[in-house]
Amino acid sequence: MYDGGKIVFGLIIFVLIVTLPFTLSIGKDYVKPEPKIDTPEIQKLPLEERKCVESKEFMRTEHMQLLNEWRDEAVRYGKRIYVSSSGKTYTISLQNTCMKCHSNKSEFCDKCHTFAEESPYCWDCHIAPKENTQKEAKQ
Amino acid sequence: MLEYALKGSGRYWGWLAFLLILIGIGFITYLKQFHVGLGITGMSRDVSWGLYIGQFTFLVGVAASAVTVVLPYYLHNYKKYGRIAVIGEFLAIPSVLMCMLFIFVDLGQPIRVLNVLLHPTPNSVMFFDMIVLSGYLILNLLCGWVVLGVERKGSPPPKWIKPFLYLAIFWAPSIHIVTAFLYQGLPGRDYWLTAIMAAKFLSSAFASGPSLLVLLCLIIRKFTNFDPGKEAIQTLAKTAAYFLIATILFYLFEVFTAFYSNIPAHKAPIIYLFSGLDGFTKLTPVMKICATLVAIGAIILVTPPLRKWEVTLSIGAFATFISMWLEKGISLVVGGFIPNPFERVFEYWPTLPEALIALGVWSVGFFILTILYKIATTVKENVVFDKYGEKQIKT
Amino acid sequence: MSDMDRRKFLKIAGLGALLGISSWSMFEVVTKQHLEAFVEKYKTPPNAMHAKRWAIVIDLKKLDEKIMNDCIEACNRIHNVPQIPNPKEEVKWIWKEDFEHAFPGMEHQYMPEEIKEMPVLVLCNHCDSPACVRVCPTKATFKRKDGIVMMDMHRCIGCRFCMAACPFGARSFNWRDPRPFIKEENKEYPTRMRGVVEKCTLCCERLEVGLPPACVEVSNGAIMYGDLADPNSEIRKLLATRYSIRRKAELGTNPCVYYLL
Repeated sequence: MYDGGKIVFGLIIFVLIVTLPFTLSIGKDYVKPEPKIDTPEIQKLPLEERKCVESKEFMRTEHMQLLNEWRDEAVRYGKRIYVSSSGKTYTISLQNTCMKCHSNKSEFCDKCHTFAEESPYCWDCHIAPKENTQKEAKQ
Repeated sequence: MLEYALKGSGRYWGWLAFLLILIGIGFITYLKQFHVGLGITGMSRDVSWGLYIGQFTFLVGVAASAVTVVLPYYLHNYKKYGRIAVIGEFLAIPSVLMCMLFIFVDLGQPIRVLNVLLHPTPNSVMFFDMIVLSGYLILNLLCGWVVLGVERKGSPPPKWIKPFLYLAIFWAPSIHIVTAFLYQGLPGRDYWLTAIMAAKFLSSAFASGPSLLVLLCLIIRKFTNFDPGKEAIQTLAKTAAYFLIATILFYLFEVFTAFYSNIPAHKAPIIYLFSGLDGFTKLTPVMKICATLVAIGAIILVTPPLRKWEVTLSIGAFATFISMWLEKGISLVVGGFIPNPFERVFEYWPTLPEALIALGVWSVGFFILTILYKIATTVKENVVFDKYGEKQIKT
Repeated sequence: MSDMDRRKFLKIAGLGALLGISSWSMFEVVTKQHLEAFVEKYKTPPNAMHAKRWAIVIDLKKLDEKIMNDCIEACNRIHNVPQIPNPKEEVKWIWKEDFEHAFPGMEHQYMPEEIKEMPVLVLCNHCDSPACVRVCPTKATFKRKDGIVMMDMHRCIGCRFCMAACPFGARSFNWRDPRPFIKEENKEYPTRMRGVVEKCTLCCERLEVGLPPACVEVSNGAIMYGDLADPNSEIRKLLATRYSIRRKAELGTNPCVYYLL
């Protein structure tokens, strides 16, 4: 083929670059992200009330979509009450509802986000709850 | 045809390398702006649009001015423009790209730019601007590439390109009218709140675009074996001349309305621009230079012997281009914001990072322009023209 | 297929890929839309205040330095408005302006100096026909059904068209990260990030839980709020009995902040 040498050389470079994520993680352990939900605020609640707005499975996969819906309904339509699938009502607010229980952003939110190399810009505006140094909050 | 851009002289590669360096500097400065915010520019709470939007406004005009070549040739069969129709279209492409880039660097949250498409807002002129600019880019890419392609093969353009060409002709003034509407519908800015904005935009665009084309054609003739044609260049100069006269007249009409009616709000921005308000005079030297260059450009382009001699023609075209750039690129945008809604003056001057980013975007435009023109001139160098030097014939 | 060459193949492959990807994503969008059962999931809070057309009335006779400072401080504190010393980049939702400059064109040379220099409070006028809403390309600033011109900071792309359109200079842009300039963060309200426009929101988040706007609360009666569409509201009665002016009313945006003289 024409310019065979250049093409093969380029292909090798391409394969090297594309497999970088794999080659760079050789030897690193796979650490499953474990978000911690044992905040003092959650501990204060009786066992039956330790429920999030929706189920864990729903939240794990859909919390982004839920937050999207929340922000449109609250900011754009003034509907600041959410009726969850269990019938309980919640005030729509990241800072004042979600983070009131999950007050350990670095042990909860950041655990999965860092693992997935996701940096949502919520916290550029929404004030993250202050964490105690006792909880080894990594700045 | 892209392979034509890969073969060039040392000068060609040197020029591209120089542009790439400027693009790199602009890009790195933009990264800083992206990280810190638009505070590193000279814009303020009172003058919230500055160099970037000014350059965008000016470049939409240059992009629209391709119609001054395309309309006579495709609609009225003006054969002299046969050689440079593609040259005109290939000027529009980097101009539109620069427009979009200037808007992008001006945004406070550029990663959200697709919100404009996700949440279409027909009552917003800026939404329409995005749509028409994108459409114009696609149209020009399509038309220019197809026509150049058939020139290379030595055959007439395919029939299906005709509707797109006509669409491009009508689309071109509309992109600039929409941009003018960005300004002339705002109730709080007296400098812009005038119906003649759209007309002035079009006339200054059709003065600056052909002037740039004149300069580019002279450069093409000097550095390549393709000759755009003496008469084509002269007609471009005449177009620029008449539209420059129209622009001067439109501006003088504005001055008349402001000063004969004696309404303070109408007079204030013009007074600020030309002689300063409350002691603030940052833009007066800009306007004085602009007025001088307009006079030089008009005199040269209108006087036939001066227009025919290519030394003075270059000076006149350059003067016209720079003066329109100063008027639309800086003074128009800043003048609209001064005085502010509280009748106070807060001045604006671009900062160094702002200028570097703007220079980087201009370099991107010139980079693409160089490559496109390299392709076009390589094709046209090998083409055989008829005895009038106009229409390409098959051998 | 005998005239198939490399160019044609690439063109067909590219088009096919484009169509395939776009139809797949369209399929996703369309089928996901109606999967969730329609259930009343979102409600307005029970003690929210409702109105058809919120408006503010400022009694210039009752305004004094202390009240104005209190109002500005309350608004800034509750909404995490940054205090940026450089006037080029300042962010202000409600601030003091002297009469001459807040109402340009209403003064004349024989007016007493004290009136020309009398400070008044200026803020977003929550116009009925707002120019800023008309020009926003993403509806990031929008007019609610109750008349408040609101900002959706999530959607704003920072194009600043609204700032150019506002005839009252009521809007501010975050030219850089505002957090270092916030004196004391109110943890119950977010801040903004660099690159978005902000302005007074008529404390709609307070109205929605039954509280008056912050400036009204600390103004000691100098600022009143109410429903213009309700003929029995306090502000309608005030507007019917006393002389009131608005800023730049001739521009047609129909501002809803009235100043009683």
